[in-house]
Amino acid sequence: MTATPAEGEARAGTVRPTGSRRLRRRVFDSLGWSLSLLAFLLLGSATVWILVVVFERGYHALTPTILTHVTEGYGGGLINAIEGTGVLALGSLLLAIPPGLAAGIYLAEFDHGRLAPVIRFLVDVLVGVPSIVIGYFGYVLMVVDFGWGFSVTAGSVALAIILLPYICRSSEMAIRQVPHSLREAAYALGAGDARVTLNIVVPAALPGILTGILLGFAISVGETAPLLYTAGWNNYLWTGHLTNEPIGYLTYAIWAFVTEPFASAHALAYAAALFVTLFVLIIAIFSRLLLDQNARLRRRDQG
Amino acid sequence: MSFHLFTGLLACLVAGTLVIIVAFLGLYAWPAVRLNGFSFLYKNTWSLGFLYRNPITVHGQQVLRGAHYGILFLIVGTLLSTLVALAIAVPVGVGAAMFLAEGLPPSLQTWFSFFVELLAAIPSVVYGLWGYVVVIPFLGHRVFPFLARHFGFIPFFGGAVGSGYGLLTSGLVLSLMIVPLITATLRDALVAQQADLREAAVALGASRFEALRTVLLPATRRVLIGGSILATGRALGETMAVLMISGNAVNYLPGNIYAPISTMASFIVSQLDSALTDPTGMAVRSLAEVALVLCLISIVVNGFARILLYYEGRQSARVA
Repeated sequence: MTATPAEGEARAGTVRPTGSRRLRRRVFDSLGWSLSLLAFLLLGSATVWILVVVFERGYHALTPTILTHVTEGYGGGLINAIEGTGVLALGSLLLAIPPGLAAGIYLAEFDHGRLAPVIRFLVDVLVGVPSIVIGYFGYVLMVVDFGWGFSVTAGSVALAIILLPYICRSSEMAIRQVPHSLREAAYALGAGDARVTLNIVVPAALPGILTGILLGFAISVGETAPLLYTAGWNNYLWTGHLTNEPIGYLTYAIWAFVTEPFASAHALAYAAALFVTLFVLIIAIFSRLLLDQNARLRRRDQG
Repeated sequence: MSFHLFTGLLACLVAGTLVIIVAFLGLYAWPAVRLNGFSFLYKNTWSLGFLYRNPITVHGQQVLRGAHYGILFLIVGTLLSTLVALAIAVPVGVGAAMFLAEGLPPSLQTWFSFFVELLAAIPSVVYGLWGYVVVIPFLGHRVFPFLARHFGFIPFFGGAVGSGYGLLTSGLVLSLMIVPLITATLRDALVAQQADLREAAVALGASRFEALRTVLLPATRRVLIGGSILATGRALGETMAVLMISGNAVNYLPGNIYAPISTMASFIVSQLDSALTDPTGMAVRSLAEVALVLCLISIVVNGFARILLYYEGRQSARVA
């Protein structure tokens, strides 16, 4: 079909009974809406399917041992992996927040001249670099060349590279939302660039910046590929060495244990998937609520 | 040092990470690039050579006898799985975006959209778990035999269905992982369209759906293309899920849509252990070359999408 009923009619110059024309348009309309509803339902049911599988299997796999014991062969617990995920996530955030936030400030506040658009473009492209490429880069550079071995440092740096562009761009967005009048008032009182930004603009943009950091937290908990060949895996708790001591993490347990032919290994994988998914879900819901509340506050301020 | 300069330097550091990654991978892979030449991209053999014979020297580099590195099967697997994923994700993503932007009262929009955006939040390895445990048995035992029996006349849909690991499974799961990118960008663009466009269409007698299809969707075409290219970039580089469900075929070109494949990203994970057994280190460097090729492809794809979306953003800003 190349022309809509209305167009075909206009060209033919005839007038069909309005009843049949209205019917055709109505059929076409409802067909279109049903297809789009169907598309949404497909995606929604996939989301539900995944969550149900993870929660149901994860719930049945939960035992007190999982939270108290380290991994022993294909059984035991996951406390080493839970600890490792926490250490790696915090380490990567610690490494990524200062430069990411500073870059965000630069892109939002000093966006004149030619440098800022180039930086923004490179940062946006960096978001799209596959995580395994960053993992392999980390392996070759840090694990092999620097001789750090599988370690907390190598893993955290690889994760931090993934987080940098997210934190940078979300901080930039948040800082751009701050009204110009605030900056003007601060400059009028004689404050310099640094004081205006750090004491006035960044605090005003803090909810948005924190939302970005929260999402970064979720990403670092859910990533696997950049850690496989930088953090390694460890059956024991972390002893505090920054280099040359592999560390366990939950996403590794999901990948490595679900493909083993043992029920106890599967249980570990399901439990790990439950922890990771639950954590990511809670952060997603929480940050959405935060964004909603922000939008409502802003509307109220303006209205 | 002024604050301006300080933040500028750190911003350069963040952006420079990309340059450093490419430069370092290139430097590390250089001996492999020289050894493999252009045939790396179009030959179909990945073989470490004779591990227990003395290495020979090529271009001043020690190489195992009989070592051949060609990644045609990886390029084919990566492109085909991305293509299948796009073929599913674009129509479904557009439909869902239309429903979310125009088919719902505004008060419900955010939370219904959130449901689709959750698909982007679920970690790759959890998709892999779901695919491995639930989807592969379901597709391999029920859906694929049915498809092959009744739709086998369509090219590449007939023939052996295998066990469920393979191209179509990877494409299906990938499509779910990339669809939020398409739906979210398109929905935002549709919602952001000026009300006067819609009102003008409705004033001319168009129904809500006709206004959406004939006026609003064409107006957001460039956003849709940009979002789809971003989604392409994500599908090209997806690692863990594909690793767990693609079958990880080596040196094998798929004969039909059910056949096992391997992608560049998943191959890097699945082959590093074996590459480390090469005492000359050439296999590890060749894997770095795979990573370099993948990185360059994703830079081109993402760069193109960003330029398209920037251009669109500036244009709509000028109109407004």
